[in-house]
Amino acid sequence: MSTVQTPAKSMTGGELGLILVFAALGFFSVVVAAKAYTPEYAFHAYLFAAASIATVFIIGNRYMDRPAELPPQTIDGKPNYNMLPVKVGTLLALFWGIAGFLIGVIIALQMAFPLLNFDLPWISFGRLRPLHTSAVIFAFGGNVLIASSFYVVQRTSHARLAGYLAPWFVVLGYNFFIVIAGTGYLLGITQGKEYAEPEWYADLWLTIVWVTYFLVFLGTVLKRKEPHIYVANWFYFAFILTIAVLHLGNNAAIPVSVFSPKSYIVWSGVQDAMVQWWYGHNAVGFFLTAGFLALMYYFIPKRAERPVYSYRLSIVHFWALIFLYIWAGPHHLHYTALPDWAQTLGMTFSIILWMPSWGGMINGLMTLSGAWDKLRTDPVIRMMVVAVAFYGMATFEGPMMSVKSVNSLSHYTEWGIGHVHSGALGWVAYISFGAIYCLVPWLWNKREMYSMKAIEWHFWISTLGIVLYISSMWVAGILQGLMWRAYTSLGFLEYSFIETVEAIHPLYVIRAVGGILFLAGALIMAWNVVMTIYRAETVSQPSGVALAPAE
Amino acid sequence: MSATSIWSKHAIFEKHSIFLLLGVLIVISIGGLVEIVPLFYLKSTIEKVDGVRPYTPLELAGRNIYLREGCYACHSQMIRPLRDEVERYGHYSLAAESMYDHPFQWGSKRTGPDIARVGGKYSDMWQLEHLNNPRSVVPASIMPGYPWLAKTPLSAKHIADDMKVLRAEGVPYTDEMIASAQDDLKLQATPEADADALQKRYPKAQARDFDGNPETLTEADALIAYLQQLGTQVDFKLYDNKANVR
Repeated sequence: MSTVQTPAKSMTGGELGLILVFAALGFFSVVVAAKAYTPEYAFHAYLFAAASIATVFIIGNRYMDRPAELPPQTIDGKPNYNMLPVKVGTLLALFWGIAGFLIGVIIALQMAFPLLNFDLPWISFGRLRPLHTSAVIFAFGGNVLIASSFYVVQRTSHARLAGYLAPWFVVLGYNFFIVIAGTGYLLGITQGKEYAEPEWYADLWLTIVWVTYFLVFLGTVLKRKEPHIYVANWFYFAFILTIAVLHLGNNAAIPVSVFSPKSYIVWSGVQDAMVQWWYGHNAVGFFLTAGFLALMYYFIPKRAERPVYSYRLSIVHFWALIFLYIWAGPHHLHYTALPDWAQTLGMTFSIILWMPSWGGMINGLMTLSGAWDKLRTDPVIRMMVVAVAFYGMATFEGPMMSVKSVNSLSHYTEWGIGHVHSGALGWVAYISFGAIYCLVPWLWNKREMYSMKAIEWHFWISTLGIVLYISSMWVAGILQGLMWRAYTSLGFLEYSFIETVEAIHPLYVIRAVGGILFLAGALIMAWNVVMTIYRAETVSQPSGVALAPAE
Repeated sequence: MSATSIWSKHAIFEKHSIFLLLGVLIVISIGGLVEIVPLFYLKSTIEKVDGVRPYTPLELAGRNIYLREGCYACHSQMIRPLRDEVERYGHYSLAAESMYDHPFQWGSKRTGPDIARVGGKYSDMWQLEHLNNPRSVVPASIMPGYPWLAKTPLSAKHIADDMKVLRAEGVPYTDEMIASAQDDLKLQATPEADADALQKRYPKAQARDFDGNPETLTEADALIAYLQQLGTQVDFKLYDNKANVR
């Protein structure tokens, strides 16, 4: 008499709704493809159609294969974490990272040897450059942030990720955005705004994905079993929310037609310049800084098995950082037609920003108090600590370059490229590599990465690459800046522009070598990750459980 | 009141995600609002300067090619008021000179020189050669070649729709300009055409065959037409820089 009644299987509202929405989107995309103004846009519309139809089938199959009940929130009182989207996001991050570094190497070689443009539109520098920046920032960095945030928010909240299909929509939808954006650049579809090149339809799609991301993250935080929201999650929240605001503000555009890939940004001239660098600098501030500080606040304490150095410092540095960063945009527009008062505000706040940035650095470094010996024995910790050190260096260099008199020399030169890469390679990529080296064994239930020796090699090869990269670009930038403003004793400009291009050629070659070393390090990492998943020793207990942080 | 109690007040942000989110939203709004909003009202950023006009349909099509090829990654269009820049490139750039630029193309990097005032500096044939093979005219150049531009017919049959969108965003295109967009597009690249009507709508617009190939209207025609007007709209012999103090 006590037989357990199996409830009748039925589709959830989400499953049914998404099937209908994607069926409609697929149909609509076919119509758009048929009437598209350009073949490139038709190609994108077909991609949307194919992805929509595939999604309908995947959701349908998933429904057929699943048991009547959705996965439980807890098993035996322990949270039933949803780690598969995290695994997929981590592997995609690795894939896009290598793709992005590779394109970086190609464009670095194009600058040294312009014949490598091969007179072909799809691979000429102007189209590959946004592909490189988007691949490393948004594809590599974005997947690291999404995957790590889904991991961290579950572990620190002791709750299963909110939503059943939503996390998958976020991970796969975001990567579909990357495919649309990236293929668009190669085909010449661009808004012509740096770091915001994707056109209106890609932007709209990203908006939907991003709102879902926010809701999944918020939903998980709301389910938390801990009274406090862990500090890493403050940074993830600030990152997700601010990026949404920046994305909407900077991409406000009117499309020429639903059948045209082309749109025109509503802002123009000086207003557009200000909006662009409000966006651009805070993509640095909130995507590449706040988001990755969240990684620092989770993975360094976890790996070092030490609590965060100062709780109060994290409070002060969190609010100060997000308040001050927003003001710093105008330092990209020194001596331009932007009014002087705005430039001065940008410079002043950039200098003040030095303090909370170093507050964060100190909090990350000092977390190693009592565990400094690990720096010698654990290359993963070393990678993350060097990342924080590079963060400190780049956040000193940035305020310095924002001083107008320094900027008059450094702006428009390779120094800017060197500065960006000391942050991007040294800070963002290294903290990401460290996090991936932590995550992969945790996610696949392995005792440790397959080869610690390979991590050592990765660390030293890519560190050498970074040093070559940034020092060559410093020299090139300062050389350019000085040559552009050099006068002869008779009061004439000493150098023609092309002489300055010739002068930095050897430095372009050194930079490319640095990039190749960095790429080689990442390839070692990819090998190590694959070997870890297939060959490393398995542990029965997920190693992360016992080490969950107190808060 | 002890120091601990002040710190403990922060718990409200840590225990309630709604307060945390509202706090973040307020804190990140202030700087952006202070720096952006006034730019829509201040005299120096919205002032009109004599000579600045909307792009002709051909120039607009050329500008879209400039965007498509990512030229802004290596060429700035913003001359700073520094002695060496003014001597190298010409009068410093005015806010008004990019007031119809959706989006702006000031750029952030000079892998190649600034081109805010490149208009009229070189001949059309130089520009064409330079686009086809930069090293044929500047041996040490590292610019990619763009030989496909002169071979690709310009596809701009929807250019009037583009102008309508720009008009909705504040560019003063008249009904007449939009109605004659297709005619103007072809007229501007026709050699020895009577360009009076075009120049009446777009003062100082340069009309000629730009790419040495009068038979076909190519992407090179459009791009060179755009390049040749860059920085030429304002007559700095007449411009009063005191009226535009920034």
